[in-house]
Amino acid sequence: MRSLALQAQPLIDWAWISANLSDEIWPAVVGHVFLCSISIGIALVISLPVGIFVARYRRLYPPVVFFTGFLFSIPSLAFFAILVAIPAIGIGFRAVIIALVAYSLLVLIRNVVTGIDSVPPETIDAAKGMGLTPSQILFRVELPLALPVIVAGIRIAVVTVIGIATIGAYIDGGGIGELIFNGISRGFFTQVIVGAVLATALAVIADLLLLAMERYLRPWARAGRA
Amino acid sequence: MGDVFQVFLRDDFLILLRQHVVLSVAAVVIAVAVAVPVALAVRNTRVGAVIAINIGNLGRAIPSLALLAIALPFLGFGFRPALVALTLTAIPPILINASTALRQVDRQVLDAARGMGLSEGQILSRVQLPIAAPVIFAGIRTSAVQVVANATLATFIGGGALGELIVLGFQSANLSIQIGGALAVAALAITTEVLFGFIERTFTPKGLQIAQKRRGK
Repeated sequence: MRSLALQAQPLIDWAWISANLSDEIWPAVVGHVFLCSISIGIALVISLPVGIFVARYRRLYPPVVFFTGFLFSIPSLAFFAILVAIPAIGIGFRAVIIALVAYSLLVLIRNVVTGIDSVPPETIDAAKGMGLTPSQILFRVELPLALPVIVAGIRIAVVTVIGIATIGAYIDGGGIGELIFNGISRGFFTQVIVGAVLATALAVIADLLLLAMERYLRPWARAGRA
Repeated sequence: MGDVFQVFLRDDFLILLRQHVVLSVAAVVIAVAVAVPVALAVRNTRVGAVIAINIGNLGRAIPSLALLAIALPFLGFGFRPALVALTLTAIPPILINASTALRQVDRQVLDAARGMGLSEGQILSRVQLPIAAPVIFAGIRTSAVQVVANATLATFIGGGALGELIVLGFQSANLSIQIGGALAVAALAITTEVLFGFIERTFTPKGLQIAQKRRGK
């Protein structure tokens, strides 16, 4: 039955695309961007203070990396299956957002710490010598200098989250994955291909935009490497 | 909650586990066989390495579900399309790490080796590869853990593996199968991570281990 359906159709049905552009395809993209932005936003709100804290209190860094690393290594479909089974969470975008936040923590926290570590000690000494208070040193010296590394972490997190969010459609999280899953269950190639291409395009565009931002924030590297 | 562990006693559990392992191992082995020779081929050309690393970065950005889904219209349902898609997801981390690691071997070290009269082949096998080995293995580890996770999605294009249990749990609204399947997948992924961490340490040359310790890594 499946093979019949698979053979009797063109690879891309352009008429379907133009007929469903505004009421199915575009909302899926918007939903996807929404899902990923909220998740990255929440993850940043958690990771920045945690990262700054464990950069100071070094003994806490290994357990934080271990725990977030553990979360990161749970396959997404399994993570979703477990989250959905918790009555307070259930099926839908809430479970997807929790998983996406969990997956972002490792990369974000690690890069905040690496970024702060990358600030040369002489620079901090100079800031101290200028009479800056510890919080001024943090906000005016350390964080601005750590920013390119933090943005590099955001870039990896965003690309990861865009990819995993497509799988979230399986538990009714919405987004581009909905096109892929609907297409597969209907045996309708066009929908599958549109979903796969859009998910890829979104991830690649986000990757390149954040890469450009990373380069812009690191003018010294731009000049050096070319 | 006790029902959750019934999943491991199902008749099809071992079959699905085997499919999962075979799919993952095959994908990683093929990916290594593709990515490492490419990285070796471009190791001495700047442009080649830059191209390889950029292709790797681009490939890394492609969502795995998108790759599996796109295989469907062209290759149909089943094990083979799942293997092709998983192999494609496995290549980028290995390609990026192998190309970067081989490029980053210190020029002075290479000059010293040349000065000692080593041939290009000897420099590769005795200097470049041992120094690059830990980073290459880190790439293989990332790739393997990712592939084990992505193999869970093979079920969506009829590739079998443990994801089948999770999907079955969802479809039949059977929580214990759903959670049991999820736990099995998670356990497999974490085992892979731990196992590869162990292999990685074994493959780090003694000299480098001492150097890493000295640097406090």
